[in-house]
Amino acid sequence: MSKLHVTTTINGEPTEFLCEPTQAVLDVLRDQLGLTGTKEGCGSGDCGACTIMLDGRMVCSCLVLGAEAEGKKIETIEGMAQGDHLHALQKKFIEFAALQCGICTPGFLMASRALLERNNNPTETEVRYWLAGNLCRCTGYDKIVRAVMEVAADMRGAAR
Amino acid sequence: MTDISYSSPKTIDEAVAAMVAAKGAGRILAGGTDLLVQLRAGFVKPGSIIVDIKKIAEMTSIEDKGGGSFKVGAAVTGMQLHDHPTFKKAWPGVLEAINLIGSKQIQGRASAGGNLCNASPAADSVPALVAAGATVTVQGPKGRREVAVEKIPAGPGRMTLEPGEIVVSFTLPARPAGSSDAYLRLIPRTEMDIAVVGCGVNLTMKGGICTAARVGLGAVAPTVLLVEAAAKALIGSKLDANALEAAAAACRAVCKPIDDKRGTIVYRTKIAGVLLKRATAIAAERAAKN
Repeated sequence: MSKLHVTTTINGEPTEFLCEPTQAVLDVLRDQLGLTGTKEGCGSGDCGACTIMLDGRMVCSCLVLGAEAEGKKIETIEGMAQGDHLHALQKKFIEFAALQCGICTPGFLMASRALLERNNNPTETEVRYWLAGNLCRCTGYDKIVRAVMEVAADMRGAAR
Repeated sequence: MTDISYSSPKTIDEAVAAMVAAKGAGRILAGGTDLLVQLRAGFVKPGSIIVDIKKIAEMTSIEDKGGGSFKVGAAVTGMQLHDHPTFKKAWPGVLEAINLIGSKQIQGRASAGGNLCNASPAADSVPALVAAGATVTVQGPKGRREVAVEKIPAGPGRMTLEPGEIVVSFTLPARPAGSSDAYLRLIPRTEMDIAVVGCGVNLTMKGGICTAARVGLGAVAPTVLLVEAAAKALIGSKLDANALEAAAAACRAVCKPIDDKRGTIVYRTKIAGVLLKRATAIAAERAAKN
């Protein structure tokens, strides 16, 4: 089977790649495009480590075929910081030590940003349910949840 | 795995033609939250043809037809329905059932069409759609037909669809004032698990009397069940304790569940009655506001 030619946009950059019909976006990002910020955890949509945005929707990139990215807009963790300027969530995760080994962190950051773009005043329960598709074996989640709540509060403060 | 191919037809006719040409080796790709897992685990047979239906507008659109009636494309995602301006008010039970499937990431992809066609007895959206009285539009080589949702599953992982047939959309019927619905499931934790029992209830109330009801039960038999005896026990009543107990008993009576780590036969059967009562109470409370 010949490879499929896919034209897409990744973090605002028009991008083309060739992929196998069965290859997931996750593998295209990591193995072909060198965008290794997106991590593979379970490979079955349970852990959220491979979370990306696909046309503005949060998805597990292990469960999206490369071919499906044709004509779509992909956002990955590499697009979160602007040069050396970290996103508020990235800064707060560092400040609150909301990570240890770091494998889950890109997924948590992508998911947290998606939440705060929809709702900058979530309750703790809303944060925990929104992030229920992201697994972390290091932090016990509390530091992550507190970091997200704090950034939300900062956003509301800045908007006032 | 390299000889698995991918196609993305632009029309339903093309998709049906692709499924017919595949001679049983066609695999429909909607949200991919089941298919990609099977693919990565090596469970999709060599020679399979993946038919991605998301380039077909009818498969991915939601149409509010007024009076509570909706047409929902088979590949419409949970998040798309969640964000729809009028769907939640019209069918809160159907929406809460669909939105219980997996995480927010899964919701960004997973569809009610995929949930139905994966044909798990524990599918969360199916009991709610059965309770809603939803029908599906199916298209195949012989044309289109309308089928009640409960007629699609044939057993775990099996459907009554003919070769080459594809589920195109769901139609939710219009409902009179005083109607609403609810879905409850029991899982051993608070999120991210498979139903031990799922129960959808759809009610119409008039002057405190239940004038119409449908009940769907999941995870207690090889297919999701429409429990007509439970509905009959509710209709004509004020949803008093006797009527609720009669409906709960009707739910328990149809249970033929499996015994597994999530729940024993005795437990699943008992819970079916409990969820019927609780879901009925929620649906009635919502109906009173409509």
